[in-house]
Amino acid sequence: MKTETVEEVAAIDNRPALQPFDLGLGRLSDPLVGRAIELIWREAQLLDDKDYEAWQTLYTEDGKYVIPVDPDTEDFESSLNMVYDDARMRHMRVTRLVQGYSMSAVAAARTSRTISRFTVEGITEDTVTLRSAQVLVGFKRDRFQMLGADLTHRIRFTGDDARIELKLIRLVNSDSAVNASGFLL
Amino acid sequence: MTSPTSEKAGGFASLAAGDRVAAQLYTDPEIFDWEMEKIFYSTWVWVAHESEIPEAGSFKMSHIGLQPVIVNRDRKGNFNVLLNRCRHRGASVCEVPKGKANGFTCPYHSWSYSLEGNLRGIPYPDGYEGVTEKRDLPLQRLRVESYNGLIFASFKPDIEPLEEFLGDAKIWIDRFMKQGAGFPVKVQGEHKFRFNGNWKIQLENTTDGYHFPIVHRSWMASVDAETADMLSFMTDENAVTHALGNGHSVAVMVPEHVDLEEDDGTEELQERFRHIIDELSKTMPPEQVRRIIRSMHGAGYNLNLFPNLSLSMSFFRVLRPISVNETEIQHMALGLDGGPESVNRERLRIHEHFQGPFGFGTSDDSEAWDRVQRGAVANPDMPILVNRGLGREVTVDEGWKTSHVTDETGMRESYAMWKRMMSDEN
Repeated sequence: MKTETVEEVAAIDNRPALQPFDLGLGRLSDPLVGRAIELIWREAQLLDDKDYEAWQTLYTEDGKYVIPVDPDTEDFESSLNMVYDDARMRHMRVTRLVQGYSMSAVAAARTSRTISRFTVEGITEDTVTLRSAQVLVGFKRDRFQMLGADLTHRIRFTGDDARIELKLIRLVNSDSAVNASGFLL
Repeated sequence: MTSPTSEKAGGFASLAAGDRVAAQLYTDPEIFDWEMEKIFYSTWVWVAHESEIPEAGSFKMSHIGLQPVIVNRDRKGNFNVLLNRCRHRGASVCEVPKGKANGFTCPYHSWSYSLEGNLRGIPYPDGYEGVTEKRDLPLQRLRVESYNGLIFASFKPDIEPLEEFLGDAKIWIDRFMKQGAGFPVKVQGEHKFRFNGNWKIQLENTTDGYHFPIVHRSWMASVDAETADMLSFMTDENAVTHALGNGHSVAVMVPEHVDLEEDDGTEELQERFRHIIDELSKTMPPEQVRRIIRSMHGAGYNLNLFPNLSLSMSFFRVLRPISVNETEIQHMALGLDGGPESVNRERLRIHEHFQGPFGFGTSDDSEAWDRVQRGAVANPDMPILVNRGLGREVTVDEGWKTSHVTDETGMRESYAMWKRMMSDEN
């Protein structure tokens, strides 16, 4: 994945460029960032609780939920992904997960996920882009499953409201075998 | 309780009857080891599609049974399948899944090999003077032949020609490739996943029309009415499975899409593709637009090629046995090489909807196969039944045993081949 230079980050931020030795630390205390992290953790809890109907309300109408196969691509439209959901697909996915016809969803693993290692990738007046690391542990029928991923969330703020405009999940094994599961990342 | 080893004393043949097989076929590690020898290392195994290695020097890593191979295209345009194992001390010479190279160099002591597998260089060669000759130590080369873009390899140097092995399946391979609608078919990307079950559970599933409305009910509920209707084959008497010989079979789910070049003009194009129809119509004649749109869901059938490949509607299903109770599956999405970008994208979205670890179909298939493996350990004396439709099976003019697509004709064909190969004295 492309790493922005300090100048490019500053351009996204619309703030003065940081000095080269400055890692951009301190921005986690920005109030918008705090609200974004709170939303990301709330999302994680809803997913572990499998409360998918509440989960989908966290997204903006044009929000994208993406699990790519190719670890480097930014062009999800012309690539094969594991998940490339707009609102319509997300809605169908949630319906499928809760309606009881899907045997894998009915028998899905219990999961517990931890998201940490937050870094601020960009802040504008009404968006915050955060990268983080996620470790998910699942358990089903005597087996543990572990899935590691690098996450990017872009959160859009409208007044008091905060919603997810993009969630990009880059699994550490995305281009190798990823086992089917009845839950969401 | 019957021990698998005692059963084997009477030969593997006793484990597979025409309409049933012993459950040990899923669970006995010794049977699995013999299957590698007598099936995977004794027949033609699919290793690549030519679009995956498009240019001189293009290569991909693949497997035959448990053994790693490299498939490449050399400067003469020939396909080579080489064991991915240095002749010196056994290290793999390639760990890049796909790419382009002039040759392969072992990372351990830098022995280097050409695309054809010839040993080209040994560092500090004085230690080998009078000991070994480079020409005696190429990477092991396998027999390679291709048919209509499908590349197969075999460990058996004296195996029958590929076309003989494919037999009547060739007709169905040719029809399958017509979904390119005038363009060559290309692999656009792939999903890969593993399930906790024996490889033959997945082999069976490819021609199992019976499970479709049950296991895939949630997918059916999510697609548009026209697509759901297209796959409503349960009571369609034209939806049939043919046994094609040599373990191959074909399950026809959409009879009107068996040959995509045949079009009586009565079929309405699916409304879900309206935006693409409108876009293509700006530059293409209506017949060509119609041909491309009718091919969007692929061919109207799953063609199961024994032992590891299926041409399934609009994708390739490749199975790779890992152990007696673990199997890796690749679902390769197909597109039109040089075709309209919007069509290829739409095909990717259709693939994502059903296939892959988070697809609306694959997740449920995988769960069903896990459940077979878990249940099959209970009382190994109880057979696995593949007798559905035996009472209504007929032989059609082509000589193919045929029954309804929900019947188990395809599985019986696979197991007949399994039995033949496992009983083979060679």
